[in-house]
Amino acid sequence: MTVKFMDTNKTATAGHAIDMESLGRVRNEVSIADEDITLNVDGLDLYYGDKQALFDVNMEIPRQKVTAFIGPSGCGKSTLLRCFNRMNDLVDTCRVEGAIRLDGSDIYDRSVDVATLRRRVGMVFQKPNPFPKSIYENVAYGLRIQGVNKKRVLDEVVERSLRGAALWDEVKDRLHDNALGMSGGQQQRLVIARTIAVEPEVLLLDEPASALDPISTLKIEELINELKDKYTIVIVTHNMQQAARVSDYTAFMYMGKLIEFDNTDTLFTNPTNKQTEDYITGRYG
Amino acid sequence: MYLQDKEKQGLTAWFKGGEPLIWMNAAAVTVSTLAVIGLLILLAVRGFSHFWPADVFVAEYQLPDETPAVVMAERVESEDVAIEQLLSAGFTLDTDEPFIQRELVKVGNRDVSGADFKWVLSRYLQNTYYPEQAIVLERREWGNFYGFLRGLKRDGQAIDAADDEVLWQAFQQSIERAETIHHDIERVEKKEIGAINYRLEKLRLRQRGLELNEALPEAERAQKQLAIDSERAELDAAYAVLQKELNALYAEWNRDSFIVETAQGQQREQRVSTVVHAYKPNTMNFANKVGFYFGKFAEFLTDEPREANTEGGIFPAIFGTVIMVLIMSVLVTPFGVIAAVYLREYAKQGLMTRIVRIAVNNLAGVPSIVYGVFGLGFFIYFVGAEIDQALFPEALPSPTFGTPGLLWASVTLALLTLPVVIVATEEGLARIPRNLREGSLALGATKAETLWRVVLPMTSPAMMTGLILAVARAAGEVAPLMLVGVVKLAPSLPVDGNFPYFHLDQKFMHLGFHIYDVGFQSPNVEAARPLVYATALLLVIIIALLNLSAVALRNHLREKYKSLEM
Repeated sequence: MTVKFMDTNKTATAGHAIDMESLGRVRNEVSIADEDITLNVDGLDLYYGDKQALFDVNMEIPRQKVTAFIGPSGCGKSTLLRCFNRMNDLVDTCRVEGAIRLDGSDIYDRSVDVATLRRRVGMVFQKPNPFPKSIYENVAYGLRIQGVNKKRVLDEVVERSLRGAALWDEVKDRLHDNALGMSGGQQQRLVIARTIAVEPEVLLLDEPASALDPISTLKIEELINELKDKYTIVIVTHNMQQAARVSDYTAFMYMGKLIEFDNTDTLFTNPTNKQTEDYITGRYG
Repeated sequence: MYLQDKEKQGLTAWFKGGEPLIWMNAAAVTVSTLAVIGLLILLAVRGFSHFWPADVFVAEYQLPDETPAVVMAERVESEDVAIEQLLSAGFTLDTDEPFIQRELVKVGNRDVSGADFKWVLSRYLQNTYYPEQAIVLERREWGNFYGFLRGLKRDGQAIDAADDEVLWQAFQQSIERAETIHHDIERVEKKEIGAINYRLEKLRLRQRGLELNEALPEAERAQKQLAIDSERAELDAAYAVLQKELNALYAEWNRDSFIVETAQGQQREQRVSTVVHAYKPNTMNFANKVGFYFGKFAEFLTDEPREANTEGGIFPAIFGTVIMVLIMSVLVTPFGVIAAVYLREYAKQGLMTRIVRIAVNNLAGVPSIVYGVFGLGFFIYFVGAEIDQALFPEALPSPTFGTPGLLWASVTLALLTLPVVIVATEEGLARIPRNLREGSLALGATKAETLWRVVLPMTSPAMMTGLILAVARAAGEVAPLMLVGVVKLAPSLPVDGNFPYFHLDQKFMHLGFHIYDVGFQSPNVEAARPLVYATALLLVIIIALLNLSAVALRNHLREKYKSLEM
């Protein structure tokens, strides 16, 4: 696999103003030294009907790291995230140009089976969305879809997944209760357990803690830290502190464009771009 | 000044505050509720009082300038009538009162006097008394008989009885015995001989099929012919045995006879086998009457109709209604759900789907009789005839499915109620949160798997709502049924012990049509009227029960998939 290194920090000077015209090209200031790349976004344009929502996005998402997308509402960070497992296919008018490569192969290729792709790229949504089934059946859902019905296998996977999502101890005595009886935070961790039960390579988290209370949020963040040993995690968040806490890399997006993508520490302490700095210091957004 | 302003403001404020709206709403709800309760009470009072054993009176009835007569009857109802009306009807009256009371009495004895019911003017009834010995006979034919028991005969020989009480006991035993034999006769006739006839008919069709099948080699034909002949001989032998048994039963059944005397003094001898019940209403106390009432009511629910549907029970109609609604539900639900899923989930939303949706909604507004005509023209005359050509050629020219029957009635009603199910299911599908579908898709489920495992189970309460509306509409529908399968009197139930057990080609009885038939096509209007009310109430109750069971099922499903309320 060819890994493209973007030379950074050379072109950047703090407080340097960049006009919008040049933004598309200045992107991708990442210093991913010797990192393995899982997802490679190459010149991605996305349209909803006539309206363009993403403009020439180029980025590389490293394996088994946490990458955070930040930016003001409507900047396209969720849209970009939903491109990674082709959730945007569900929108009739949506059209994608450019390429996204998962381990080197284009996921928008004609020959790609979307269901298989989504098994490899799991997703957790903003609002907890457990199915109205038992806790057990929620976790087993993905396997049952794949035709796995052996009780022994399912039992094992359910336990492993629930442990993986730090939920096992709380629910092991009520696995067959309805999942809707759980608290919001538990539901969200159940959804994470459900997602990792199918053993994806990439975990997409779309503002996973925005509907939760601070304690549940903390638990989710701890969980993300544990999960990154096994999965490549991409998280969209509104909360910059959260991005700073959980992520290794951060991408700042604005109006459909990727403005800056860098080491989280670098991006928050020494942003290259004026707009990034304005945003993280709370001057707009 | 200030106060007056305040008052004005008070009135407008009262209006603005929504108080009048609340009152209006409450009034509307009250009126609706009262209307429903009133309807049920009217039906119950009019219908169910019919089963109460009323006292029988004997009185002299003398109109001015006419010969006196003796009346023995039970009271049904009374009303005031304008005297002019009576005068112009040719009555001679000795009073000037503007209104005069008249009573409808049931005199029975239709075979003697010609009519069951009679209007009498109350003021000319004299010497009314309630004889203890008055008996009422409920008969298989000719309606009730009112009179006095005078003797009992066995094989033409009079039985000695010490007093009236002993005679009455002997009479009751004789009736009970006849009733037992009657049950045996029914069993032999309907079940056993019915089964043999059914098999003989099948055999006839096989014979005919053999004749039609010209390609058959001669040897095989002879072999099959042999099989048919031997089976026929077997059935004929069984039939002969049963016929003999039946004749013996009939002889036993007709063994006893009894002598009764009318209030007018006429004596008549009749067979005990013609009597269903005999009772002495004037000696019954309240508890006896209540017991009798519930017995009659149970009979109404479980028996077959007698005497052009004016007596006996309505079980075949209840059964027909329920089975038709069930078959309709089985047909309409999958079809409506599949159509709704396509319309909502797969079809490209655009002009075409909008046109289809409008068409479906408009179908719900088509008058039901139009569906009846369509069912007759398309299902029966076209589809049914084709089925007959293809599958039942040996029965032709007499049609099997090319004639009105249970299947076509159910299919027609399924078509009639299809829009309701489609609309309700579509709305249910639209209510499933998008994030649940995405949750399933994100786990690698295809759209079909998502539909099948998440969306459709969660839509099931909405489907049930559609089904509830469909059942409510279908069970009350009569007009189309008259064209596609309902009859006034069906000789047998559409479900019986003969293979294949469900006879979807048979005609059947239906409560709604029964009401129409009893109420408006009956030769004996006065006798039929209470039955109209009773049957109507029963129809309401059955629809309510069908609905309640569907509602219970829906609530259960809602509880199971309650995430919609999140």
